[in-house]
Amino acid sequence: MGTLSRLTPHLKDSLAAGLLAGLLALPMLGFRLVDSAQGLSLDYRFTWVAIAAATVFTGRLILLQAGDAIRRRPSQRSASTQPQAGRPNKLRPILGWLFIAGALVLPWAPLADRNLLDKATLLLIYVMLGWGLNVVVGLAGLLDLGYVAFYAVGAYSYALLSQNFGLSFWICLPLAGLFSASFGMLLGFPVLRLRGDYLAIVTLGFGEIVRVVLLNWQVVTGGPNGVSGIQRPSFFGLPFLATAPGKTTFHEFFGLPFSPDHRIVFLYYLILVLALVTNLFTLRIRRLPIGRAWEALREDETACRSLGIDPTKTKLSAFAIGAMFAGFAGSFFATRQGFISPESFSFLESAIILAIVVLGGLGSQIGIVLSAFLLVGLPEWFRDLQQYRMLAFGGAMVLIMLWRPRGLLSNREPTIRLASAPSRVAQTAEDSV
Amino acid sequence: MASDSLPLLAVEHLTMRFGGLFAVNDLSFTAYQKEITAIIGPNGAGKTTVFNCLTGFYKPSVGRLSLTPPDDGAPHLLERMDGFRIAKVAKVARTFQNIRLFTGMSVLENLMVAQHNKLMRASVYSVAGLLGLRRFRNQERQSLEIAKYWLDKIDLSDQADWSAGNLPYGSQRRLEIARAMCTEPVLLCLDEPAAGLNPRESLQLNDLLLDIRRDQNIGILLIEHDMSVVMNISDHIIVLDHGAMIADGTPVAIRSDPTVIRAYLGAADDEDLPPEVTGDLRPAATSGVR
Amino acid sequence: MEYFLQQLINGISLGAIYGLIALGYTMVYGIIGMINFAHGEIYMIGAFVSLIGFLFMGIIGVTYVPLALFIVLLMAMLFTAIYGWAIERIAYRPLRGSVKLAPLISAIGMSIVLQNYVQLAQGARVKPLQPIIQGGFELFTGNADYHVRLSYLQIVIVLVTVVLMAGFTYVITRTSLGRAQRATEQDMTMALLSGVNVDRIISTTFVMGAALAAVAGLMVTLYYGVIDFYIGFIAGMKAFTAAVLGGIGSLPGAMLGGLLIGLIEAFWSGYFTIGYKDVATFSILVLVLIFRPTGLLGKPEVEKV
Repeated sequence: MGTLSRLTPHLKDSLAAGLLAGLLALPMLGFRLVDSAQGLSLDYRFTWVAIAAATVFTGRLILLQAGDAIRRRPSQRSASTQPQAGRPNKLRPILGWLFIAGALVLPWAPLADRNLLDKATLLLIYVMLGWGLNVVVGLAGLLDLGYVAFYAVGAYSYALLSQNFGLSFWICLPLAGLFSASFGMLLGFPVLRLRGDYLAIVTLGFGEIVRVVLLNWQVVTGGPNGVSGIQRPSFFGLPFLATAPGKTTFHEFFGLPFSPDHRIVFLYYLILVLALVTNLFTLRIRRLPIGRAWEALREDETACRSLGIDPTKTKLSAFAIGAMFAGFAGSFFATRQGFISPESFSFLESAIILAIVVLGGLGSQIGIVLSAFLLVGLPEWFRDLQQYRMLAFGGAMVLIMLWRPRGLLSNREPTIRLASAPSRVAQTAEDSV
Repeated sequence: MASDSLPLLAVEHLTMRFGGLFAVNDLSFTAYQKEITAIIGPNGAGKTTVFNCLTGFYKPSVGRLSLTPPDDGAPHLLERMDGFRIAKVAKVARTFQNIRLFTGMSVLENLMVAQHNKLMRASVYSVAGLLGLRRFRNQERQSLEIAKYWLDKIDLSDQADWSAGNLPYGSQRRLEIARAMCTEPVLLCLDEPAAGLNPRESLQLNDLLLDIRRDQNIGILLIEHDMSVVMNISDHIIVLDHGAMIADGTPVAIRSDPTVIRAYLGAADDEDLPPEVTGDLRPAATSGVR
Repeated sequence: MEYFLQQLINGISLGAIYGLIALGYTMVYGIIGMINFAHGEIYMIGAFVSLIGFLFMGIIGVTYVPLALFIVLLMAMLFTAIYGWAIERIAYRPLRGSVKLAPLISAIGMSIVLQNYVQLAQGARVKPLQPIIQGGFELFTGNADYHVRLSYLQIVIVLVTVVLMAGFTYVITRTSLGRAQRATEQDMTMALLSGVNVDRIISTTFVMGAALAAVAGLMVTLYYGVIDFYIGFIAGMKAFTAAVLGGIGSLPGAMLGGLLIGLIEAFWSGYFTIGYKDVATFSILVLVLIFRPTGLLGKPEVEKV
């Protein structure tokens, strides 16, 4: 009886949803544009419309009924979502160490093969980019929609420096970071006074400008063909090759049999170290006056000014530091791929990195690892479903936001506590996350 | 007015125009060290505008605002300085009518952020800080002591690790004052610090402000509607109406000034007013509570 | 001189289209303060619905061009408006009042979904359409080498835009719907307390924005004759730039911004390298924002402390 009375409104609701789905599907799924000899012609697929409407109707009905069933059960977790303010969170440092330990032993894990390590490397690039962008968006609260531009600057810096001047990766890495940071300053100086949304559109525009310049400046960047044959990384001068005339190779030096996997493992550790350095840097700088000023600026710029904090300089430093890490990641990307083109630096990449930061929970370092895994790691396994992958990716962005608008891990840990503040020992233990 | 303290802030001919409206019109007054100077007046009299000019949020249309530091340095001309420099160099701190704490950050962090410039210098572009050099650690410890002192003063030591936004309203008001004090100002501008406080909290506020006046070598400018605060702690009251000063004197003098009473109540005749009103301007305070 | 005039005509037509899309951005931003990132995709869907509509007209035998145009216009506006409504309902409304970045991320996600949905449903190849409105005037025929062309289509584009613009100005400034919209824009809570159905007003805003984007989509389909699933991103970005340039939240500003962007593009491509036209657009945006941070027609914001 009770179920039935609840069913009627649900039925109505679901019918409306089904109808809406049908209407949405009618023009797009119901008709299909096909190329024919006479130009375009139309094809009909009204069954698809019916399927879409029916799926949404059933799905909605099940969801509503299930939601009811859950709601009827006495809920225990209603009040426990926010932990008490003032109590340090013990779980997260442990989680952090576990991640690091797992990442360290991964190449020796039984299931680890080339493929897995490649994917893990890619994932770590995104984790590093997420951590870098987190300084800008998560800490300083500056909405940057063109972060990929700095990544591109880093990648092209390395590619061009090593091709034109024969500089090694280890010299180019800091240079790439420096170039990207300078670009960040150059862009940031005029625009950081702008309101948040304007900053978003200007950074978005800047990202596009960089891409357009890379595409059109043929003589330097190679245009759409990009730069290929970029020098691969060496183990501090020892190349990962079977034989190198006049040089000792990595496997010869260590007396190992040659294996192409060495390079994969090396790249994996390289990005792991780079990412961890980014993380460590962020964790430490968060506790410094500049880091606190970033967060204060995110909270209330007017109050910051009344306390004598220079907003422009403070924002600029966040922007430049974020850009620097993107530059590092970019030069790693270039050396790993051996080939770069403007295609790798589209707006979609910026959107993915931003999504990683926001979905992770602004400011949360571990949250970023989790969301990078969800958004980049998981879809990598479904590469065969290429076409549906991006659809699912976008859908996941929407759904996760609806489910947890503040991100996966959104509790903020204060940078200093009255209880633990005087002892440095207690702080270093927390530094791990 | 007779005062043995040294002048701290001299406001001369301050005028602020918004289009054709004179929010503040040819205002001149002086505030002294170790004194509480209250600015009162009906809503819209231009009190907050004066503060906004003083703290650099507005550029005055006309006028000079000179602040003479107690250590006898050259006077700072506030009307020529950028907003954040007024706080950083001239050392003028302020609070806001609608509290502006860093709500997502902890109470202690709010007080540490206020000591930003000092800590930044010690951290040498964050390099010394990143390396954890002693120079920086010492400064941090010292700043923490200052923060602790103020936490104790405003009775929030137990809530130091709470998010500032989770504090009750009265505590937020006090925290904002403490945060301003952590910048080690020479002039503290308080914009309606008692608004929204209950009588007990108002009394606490009085004590806090009197303590600050006694212990710190600073001047306080106070905008307030709550006459129980104004009359009890001010050394010197300036009354504004329609952007112009209509009275300037001690609480006793202001209390019985007919111009002031007329401005507040719009009454034509003083005799029409009941004695408790002329004795105490409190009824006007209701308009200030939001 | 003739060449200049030609670029002017082209720039105005292009600018009118950008302006129509920009209106959607500016209305939504004005009312709920979010960048509706999926708006470019709405426009793209409008273009696809129009294209499908024209082919459908051909199949059912409506060959009288003005009638076909009118029916397709209505269809495109209707179906696109449903998309606009649904997106707000599904992806934005639950996030209203949440952290500021949440709706933006949701919108970016929605934009990715729509782009890939259309790609999957209609294929990734560019879709050509035979010209439907042909012909035009030849102006300044004095110069034998170069004739300035003002096509009928360009006239239609500008006319439709002007009519729509006038209609919208009327709705916003003269009707109770417009009043409710402006009230919601000023203070959502207060509007709600005064009995304004805020949810419905916001939905209406999205529907109106989407309908305008559909018109832009239709006109682009006619103007360029080719569309693909990716056109929404670029056009959306330019239109948003236009909205910011004109002063976000201001309807005439959006139109003006659109016009300017159109003109900049046309003249830059006409006189300089076409490859860098987007660089020119964004550089001008940056310059305007630096010297006039609220955009050309935006109201200066007085900081309240």
